[in-house]
Amino acid sequence: MTLDELIQVVAGQMVTRRQPRPIEIKGGCGADLMSDVLAAIQPQAVLLTGLCNPQVVRTATMADVAAIVFVRGKQPTPDMIALADEQQIPLITAPFGMFELCGRLYQAGLPSLETSLMNDATA
Amino acid sequence: MSATFDPRRVMTDQDVKTISRVEELSYELKIRDVMTARVHTVTPQMQIVEVLDLFREKRISGAPVVEGAQMIGLISLEDLIRAMRRGNGHARVSEYMTTDVITVRDFEPVVTGLEVFARTGVGRLPVLDEHGRLAGILTKGDITSGTLRALHEDFQAEEVRRYRASHLFEDIVSDRTSLILRYWIKPRDFQHGGQASSDIKRALLRLGADAQLARRCGIAVYEAEMNLIIHTTNGGIIKVEIEPGQIKMSAVDDGPGIPDVELAQRPGWSTATEEVREMGFGAGMGLKNIERCVDKMTLESTVGAGTRLTMKIHLQPRQGFNGASVSHSERATA
Repeated sequence: MTLDELIQVVAGQMVTRRQPRPIEIKGGCGADLMSDVLAAIQPQAVLLTGLCNPQVVRTATMADVAAIVFVRGKQPTPDMIALADEQQIPLITAPFGMFELCGRLYQAGLPSLETSLMNDATA
Repeated sequence: MSATFDPRRVMTDQDVKTISRVEELSYELKIRDVMTARVHTVTPQMQIVEVLDLFREKRISGAPVVEGAQMIGLISLEDLIRAMRRGNGHARVSEYMTTDVITVRDFEPVVTGLEVFARTGVGRLPVLDEHGRLAGILTKGDITSGTLRALHEDFQAEEVRRYRASHLFEDIVSDRTSLILRYWIKPRDFQHGGQASSDIKRALLRLGADAQLARRCGIAVYEAEMNLIIHTTNGGIIKVEIEPGQIKMSAVDDGPGIPDVELAQRPGWSTATEEVREMGFGAGMGLKNIERCVDKMTLESTVGAGTRLTMKIHLQPRQGFNGASVSHSERATA
């Protein structure tokens, strides 16, 4: 899924600058617990989260997250936006809740990129 | 599902929107970096036919009209045609020039020039310096070639950086070469939490590490960095020692120390405050995450004296840095 398709599906708004490279989103992961993100997410996923602080962007950097969607219209702060621009991670704010947004993306064909505990592979 | 980029297609304004290093450059580059500084100018007293000769000779289609150091107008091929049709070849430039000239300043970003071009539809813009004097002229062609030049320089600079870094271990000869990175982490500094880890990850990529290795190190050291920020009295030091065959990382602090090291490593166990939990941390998964990412993790702690966490990753030859020769016996001891 491209970034533009993602933005359309979640009816979101991008708050960061456009990135130089085209971004391909291979799947999704929804979590508010950053340790869960670090433990489970595979590269090139969109991260859906209700948490809105600089650590979300840092976590995304470490975990090779392709884009971040903030649920329930949460607005990232200017320092988060600056950090995301620097790390080249698009931030999107979307007006729906976590369940609705995950559902929309799943329905649009985006698979889960969370490793399940049933086949817990290493990062 | 995803749109592909076809290099044969003519680039439209719409496409340009999605290419953003170019967009970024249009903010970074100043008009003075891309404009043509050597400008052919004319005076208001010159005759139309003289200007026509100048245009033909210099192969230009417009020129600023200058009196003293001041630009007072612009004359274009179109103005000349208008004069010639009326048989006024010997009229003065001042009678046919455009005085209502749209200009840009040389210190403005290139994006301003683009906006003016788009808004007004003019073909060229005289550029004035901070004192209002004519400094050059700007066309869309100048912007295109200036941006391409900057992109090329960007690319070369990154190539050179990567080349130098990835050959580090090959070029420097010693019996055992290692590169040590140190970071001082302040307690409760959530604002900068993760800065050291992202610097480390970037350094590894520059050194030629593959994406998966950089990710493993990044996640492990990030959890360790957050632990220093969340739990320590005076902060701590993160040290990364990079060698051709292995990466050793450590997070060391001087207190308060962990009373029960075994309990601390149990998944879900945490002593983090509500404030820390609200930030998405302190779920008791940190050490477990680290363990998963590295080949060997050791946690030693003494209450009142401090904690030392060491993490080690063995590199397989294909993951290692360029020129690194790693013996097979050296790995697989994890």
